[in-house]
Amino acid sequence: MTKFTVNDKPVSTETAPDTPLLYVLRNELELNGAKFGCGLGQCGACTVLLDGQAIFSCLTPLAAIEGRKVTTLEGLGTIDNPGPVQAAFIEEQAAQCGYCIPGMIMRTQGMLNENPSPSEEEIREHLNTNLCRCGTHMRILRAARRAAGKPPADEAALAERSAT
Amino acid sequence: MNAFAGPSMSRRSLLSAGGALVLAFSLSPRLAEAQKTEAKVSGTGKLPGSLSDTPYLDAWIRIGEDDSIAVFTGKAELGQGIKTALIQVAAEQLDVDLKRIVLHTADTGETPNEGYTAASHSMSESGTAIMNAAAQVRAILVARAAEQLGMPATQLTVENGVVSGGGKTLSYGKLVGPDVLHVKARPHSPLKDPKQNTIIGKSVPRVDIPGKLTGAVAYVQDLRLPGMVHARVVRPPVYGAQLTRVDTAKAEGMPGVVKVVRDGNYLAVLAKGEYQAIRAMNALDASASWSGGIALPKKDEIYAVLKGLPSHDTVIQDKGQVGAGRGGTAVKAAYHRPYQLHGSIGPSCAVGHLDGDQLTVWSHTQGAYPDRDAIAEMVGMPQDKVRVIHMEGAGCYGHNGADDAAADAALLATKIPGTPVRVQWMREQEHRWEPYGSAMVVEASATLDGSGKITDWVYDVWSTPHTTRPGPAGSLLAANLIAKPFQAPYPDPIPQPAGGGDRNAVPGYDFPNSRVTKHFIAQMPLRASAMRSLGAYMNVFSLESFMDELALAAKIDPVEFRLQNLTDPRGRDVINLAAEKFGWKDWQRKGPGHGRGFAYARYKNLAVYCAIALEMEVEREAGHVRILRAVAATDSGEAVNPDGIRNQTEGGIVQSASWTLYEEVDYSTQEILSRDWASYPILRFPAVPGAVEVHIVDRPGEPFLGTGEGSQGPTAAAIANSFADATGKRIRDLPLSPEKIRRTLEA
Repeated sequence: MTKFTVNDKPVSTETAPDTPLLYVLRNELELNGAKFGCGLGQCGACTVLLDGQAIFSCLTPLAAIEGRKVTTLEGLGTIDNPGPVQAAFIEEQAAQCGYCIPGMIMRTQGMLNENPSPSEEEIREHLNTNLCRCGTHMRILRAARRAAGKPPADEAALAERSAT
Repeated sequence: MNAFAGPSMSRRSLLSAGGALVLAFSLSPRLAEAQKTEAKVSGTGKLPGSLSDTPYLDAWIRIGEDDSIAVFTGKAELGQGIKTALIQVAAEQLDVDLKRIVLHTADTGETPNEGYTAASHSMSESGTAIMNAAAQVRAILVARAAEQLGMPATQLTVENGVVSGGGKTLSYGKLVGPDVLHVKARPHSPLKDPKQNTIIGKSVPRVDIPGKLTGAVAYVQDLRLPGMVHARVVRPPVYGAQLTRVDTAKAEGMPGVVKVVRDGNYLAVLAKGEYQAIRAMNALDASASWSGGIALPKKDEIYAVLKGLPSHDTVIQDKGQVGAGRGGTAVKAAYHRPYQLHGSIGPSCAVGHLDGDQLTVWSHTQGAYPDRDAIAEMVGMPQDKVRVIHMEGAGCYGHNGADDAAADAALLATKIPGTPVRVQWMREQEHRWEPYGSAMVVEASATLDGSGKITDWVYDVWSTPHTTRPGPAGSLLAANLIAKPFQAPYPDPIPQPAGGGDRNAVPGYDFPNSRVTKHFIAQMPLRASAMRSLGAYMNVFSLESFMDELALAAKIDPVEFRLQNLTDPRGRDVINLAAEKFGWKDWQRKGPGHGRGFAYARYKNLAVYCAIALEMEVEREAGHVRILRAVAATDSGEAVNPDGIRNQTEGGIVQSASWTLYEEVDYSTQEILSRDWASYPILRFPAVPGAVEVHIVDRPGEPFLGTGEGSQGPTAAAIANSFADATGKRIRDLPLSPEKIRRTLEA
């Protein structure tokens, strides 16, 4: 049996301990936020927080999370009361198909947990692990800047980059 | 399976043993129908948009006595924001609040058949139908109110679905009654004066975004039915390989495994738990022996291979007299595009359920009805016993694995009646088995006279098919693999003016003498089908790269050169707007490696207009391109949701930047080598453009022209032109990868 918390609620599961966390989140807890994208840790669609740090849930076995604290997209807020990072993404209409966006939100949250005032380069480097196929990158960057309390517009980021 | 006969079968006789490698040329009427749908141009029937095919108003709009309002579309949300735009159109013409409208999307059980959600047709077909249907419904209800209130309709007002006059009010729900809306649409609708629009033209926030960003059930991947089992398929190592031996016992004995399915060359496993299914899939895969299969061409010979295959050649433009001995400067160039992936970020998924004699499939297909027909044929059931319900998946950008996963779910559901089956493809399966965007070759030549005018234009394009959608059952992978297989149909070209491989091959410019020839290659060395903008991506890349080469030869500014050759006023408007917003006239080169580029096209020569100006820096040693800024101007006709148009255009630019700078399917003669995101690199955040601006030319009252596929071609050419401006060297072979850039700059 593996015991841990998900969004501050205690969870215990009999599922084989080498099973990646993603499948427990999606199928046992019926949480939709973390998505299957590659199963290889190459795209970030499955990103969740483990003790506040962004991880690939498709690669992280249950055995590695015993006694630890998992936060998923659902732990950040609800449709009626979205969390600040979710609200920033909604404000920027930062989605096309939206499939990668929960992972982008969790990656952004993980970044802000470590570094509340990231530079433009740091935002881009931090999001480097996550792939988007619709080309929503401009809006994702604007949303991440907004979530970090920075001016969201491309021009502001351009000015910041050329100044450094 | 014998769908994708390669050109080099005889070269590798070892592979031909046991493989049925002959292309089956079975001309299917339904395939022809499907391809007509792909190429269909809306508004050509007697009634507006898709009302031509589905004329009854209550097929589109139903109002309940409880004042509920349901709107139906045969189109599907693919992440392009169509739901929001269709709700806007309906609410505007019905005069009701947006939030009251419940939109039902593609479902063979309840919505009109609008073929595929493709080709940027959704607004022109479904948007036009719903807009006109809504206006006619409003007029019918107002007329009934006039009758009941004893007042002329002109003296009545409507606010949020309530008709008022003479101090009395009647809601739509009180006015409908049985069959009131079960009438055929008329050719002309009492549409509002666009000046009075309060919802169309507004950047209404997308209705689907809040749920998707907070964990709602939003995708077919999220569908969980009671008792549902998880399936994984095991695919052959290469197209056409035969399953000679498999030890199912080991997989069958693994924890959670419910069933192993083998049907000819089709292999799958069903398990209670999803990860149990993955483990069993791996065991099954390891125990399977395959033989034969189709030899793939050598990747470094692919363009010669394509040109050497039999082709069906059609002159699609023959204007004036080409090559009439006019003197001048002759310019020639050839351009190449490799196979490219749709590469959906979420591998294909579907759920199937055989309940009694009724088969239901939930799928992210782009064509619920055509997919339903193909599935019914494959499983041998009547069409009315098969229902395909669209549920969103991750963005598809064309014909990816969606229909094939739906076929997997349908087939497997028939093997375990009563139990819902969820099939999820693995990343490697999506990469290796989706139908790719075709490799293509373009050759262009032109003559410039002394004043810089183009006197002769000759353009040839070679391509394999750009649609192999279902269609008949033979378009489905599962149907190719089962013991009694369905043959892949002989593909037909998509005719002009939309075109497939020749989409946008006819120049939009006014050249006096022009000959354009398409060379349609029916054989597919690699499986190919519709990928966002079809041949337009390559043709606009080629044509607009060539325009820049000609402008350079003529020593004329590239923007000015385009304007000199273009009379279409709306095309000129977007060119001028993009140049102005970019600051083309006053632009200064900051130093070596800094360059700018411009490109323009009207998608399909009949849809959205798009011009793009772009600047970049080239880091010579690393071979990296850094796009500083892209500025687009676009005319989609009447703009229903400007932010939706911006979102689609920004997305098109960034996606096309990824195709253009990085993307190429890798393969050996033995197998597809692009299996994941390491072996098929795409754009990552550090390389994302510094800024992307989209400027919209709104045309209130003009027809909807679509948006989703307008910017890919112009982006590719603007990048290539910018690179040539920055370095003095031109790359004509996609992609402009770091390795190719380094090679080009060292040469």
